[in-house]
Amino acid sequence: MSSVPRFWRNLGSRYNLEGTHCKECGEFFYPPRNICVNCRRTGELESFKFKGTGEIISYTLIHTAAEGFEGQAPYTLAIIKLDEGPRLTSQVVGDPDKIQIGTRVRSVFRKLGEDGDRGMIYYGTKFVPVDA
Amino acid sequence: MRDVAIIGVKNTKFGELWERSLRDIVVEAGIGAIEDAGVSGKDIDALYIGNMSGGRFVEQEHIGALIADYSGLSRNLHVPATRVEAACASGGLSLRQAIMTVASGYSDIVVAAGAEKMTDVGSEEASSALAAAADREWEGMAGATFPGLYAMIAKLHMHRYGTTSEQLAEVAVKNHKNGCLNPIAQYKNEISVDDVLKSIMVADPLHIFDCSPITDGASALVLAPAEIAHKYTDTPIYIEATAQASDTIALHDRRDITTLDATVMAAKRAYSMAKLTPEDIDLVEVHDCFTIAEICAIEDLGFAEKGKGGIVTANGETAIGGRIPVNTSGGLKACGHPVGATGIKQAVEIVTQLRGDAGKRQVAGAEYGMTHNVGGSGATAVVHIFSRER
Repeated sequence: MSSVPRFWRNLGSRYNLEGTHCKECGEFFYPPRNICVNCRRTGELESFKFKGTGEIISYTLIHTAAEGFEGQAPYTLAIIKLDEGPRLTSQVVGDPDKIQIGTRVRSVFRKLGEDGDRGMIYYGTKFVPVDA
Repeated sequence: MRDVAIIGVKNTKFGELWERSLRDIVVEAGIGAIEDAGVSGKDIDALYIGNMSGGRFVEQEHIGALIADYSGLSRNLHVPATRVEAACASGGLSLRQAIMTVASGYSDIVVAAGAEKMTDVGSEEASSALAAAADREWEGMAGATFPGLYAMIAKLHMHRYGTTSEQLAEVAVKNHKNGCLNPIAQYKNEISVDDVLKSIMVADPLHIFDCSPITDGASALVLAPAEIAHKYTDTPIYIEATAQASDTIALHDRRDITTLDATVMAAKRAYSMAKLTPEDIDLVEVHDCFTIAEICAIEDLGFAEKGKGGIVTANGETAIGGRIPVNTSGGLKACGHPVGATGIKQAVEIVTQLRGDAGKRQVAGAEYGMTHNVGGSGATAVVHIFSRER
């Protein structure tokens, strides 16, 4: 699983859905990028806070969990397209039967995982259906 | 640039080789390939070895030097040896590096090998090592697994094109059938669509029988300039194209998650280099790490219309004897998927077929073959085209 420094390094992005926006071409990036994929070095990136609403592009119910996520299985993992454009991978909380491609979702602050019984607890963003 | 030929090949047995070490199996494959080519150690100018994660699987890095040493190529001959890593495309990329070295004129006789020893760790640790081929920070942190990522590809493919779980299962059924005909395959048992659908769910809609296994194995090839290949063998197999392309490391950043643009681009470059079209290809080894991956691969390589990969498979068009036989070796699914070896094993299978040496799984009259090797969920794709005649 991820190390503590790697987790803290992206504190703002993880907790607050902070990404970047290219002033040159207008594309939004989440996760944040330091170089615009379209304009590359001619682009100028500024930080940008996303509203946190979007829709499910695709999803799966994971039965065989990733290391560190065993206690959460089965859990719903989805690719979510934020309304501003960028897509990200996140868990969706709630009844898996009520989740479909196209379901509208909003971000929520949740525990993501922990380093064993006595280690760090990681918090960050998950999503819930908008009408939940 | 010079034309390049393959003059020797060898696969070890693929499977759970608990009594053998990484160096044992690579040496077996390497010696087998150079014996097949009829060359000796002093003829070898360079060695490339594809290996994804020796550090995680057997706690050994510096694989290039290790293999050169235990192949007897280090102490007296000092043959340069380089490890190549691109996750599950490490083998394909090792072959590509070897081809470019020979084509450039820098070296003549070059060995391209690939190996992985995956069963020395438990399955959880193996899965964790494999997960490093995705975006650890922005996919892994969310709880993504490889079956999970491919499951999301499958889910959207089914939603958009009407692909069914039964059609996915047909990929596994066919590849197990082919694996039964391959002496080195990990699995030599036929399975039914029902077996796949009744196996445990790993990540909906992928069952465990939709997934390739954890495997140990090594494969090796010997390359030479085409103009001297006949000195070593009566049946050199020629490289018509080598192509590679990249895409975003994370699946969520792809233009369209049901299309591997790296595959599309690598194939486009390969067809252009070889001056061939999909209709010219007689058989193909594709990267079926999951059943949906084979469906996407045959679409992205131009063997099926987008969205029709499932139907084409269920119709038997990709079976041996069909329009375009896919994964005659048994593929990653039944032959096994020792990640660093897979790209080389695919090439060994195509060479064996083009030589006419594939026995019961022989594709009659095969002239042109293709390999397609993918790293991660599609961040790297490597495509090669081979021919029997020049």
